[in-house]
Amino acid sequence: MAAALINVPSRAKRGDIIEIRTLTSHIMETGFRHTMDGTLVPRDIITSFTCRYNGTEIFRADLFPAIAANPYLSFFTIAKESGKFEFEWIGDNGYASTASASITVE
Amino acid sequence: MPTTRRQFLSLAGSVTAAGAIPIVTLRPLNATPAMLNTAIRNVVGEAAIRTGKVKIDIPPLVENGNTVPMTISVASPMTADDYVKSIHVFNEKNPQPNIGNFYFNPSSGRAQVSTRIRLADTQKVVAIARLSDDSFWQVTADVVVTLAACTEEVN
Repeated sequence: MAAALINVPSRAKRGDIIEIRTLTSHIMETGFRHTMDGTLVPRDIITSFTCRYNGTEIFRADLFPAIAANPYLSFFTIAKESGKFEFEWIGDNGYASTASASITVE
Repeated sequence: MPTTRRQFLSLAGSVTAAGAIPIVTLRPLNATPAMLNTAIRNVVGEAAIRTGKVKIDIPPLVENGNTVPMTISVASPMTADDYVKSIHVFNEKNPQPNIGNFYFNPSSGRAQVSTRIRLADTQKVVAIARLSDDSFWQVTADVVVTLAACTEEVN
């Protein structure tokens, strides 16, 4: 399921600090809500997000039920070389999703 | 009937008070509920937490607690020997005290993260940054929530 929106500048000058914005589609069910008849809705959240830049981890996050549905994350990195950003979301019930974006550094 | 938050908190509070009196008397973090304190101590350990360096950008009054935009930044040069290792965000009154942990390294360039969070009640949000010299810095923000998250029933 390609359910992620990634915003990375397509080109950057070497040494620039660039912003990376990611949004992925996920219910982020907290596990604290009940249905009308009183049964607990089981937790279903994304627990971990990782961003790698040409294979090197540049940002990582542990997420908890207090993160809103469809987790949005924005963070920064230094544009060092042309290449690829890889994004990975891991969650409950074996959820795993990946996305990637490329950048040209001049 | 399921355990209410009040019962759970009072239970957690009594456990903390019985088990960790030295920690509590060492450095009380304002008058925050026991769960928040415990969660912070799980990350920080015995280290002292200083106020400053960290900046939290969150609306003081939100209508909908289901999605509250939040930006946290730390004043740091982000060089190889002076950078921010991580930012940990906590809340006071959600069912669970953790909001998120965010990890950085010198190639992050800027120690700043934005996300959207849930707030179940009018409460305090605490952000703690761990620097490369293992010092801890915190900031707190008070948020008034008019429509709470997490409490509505699923249809």
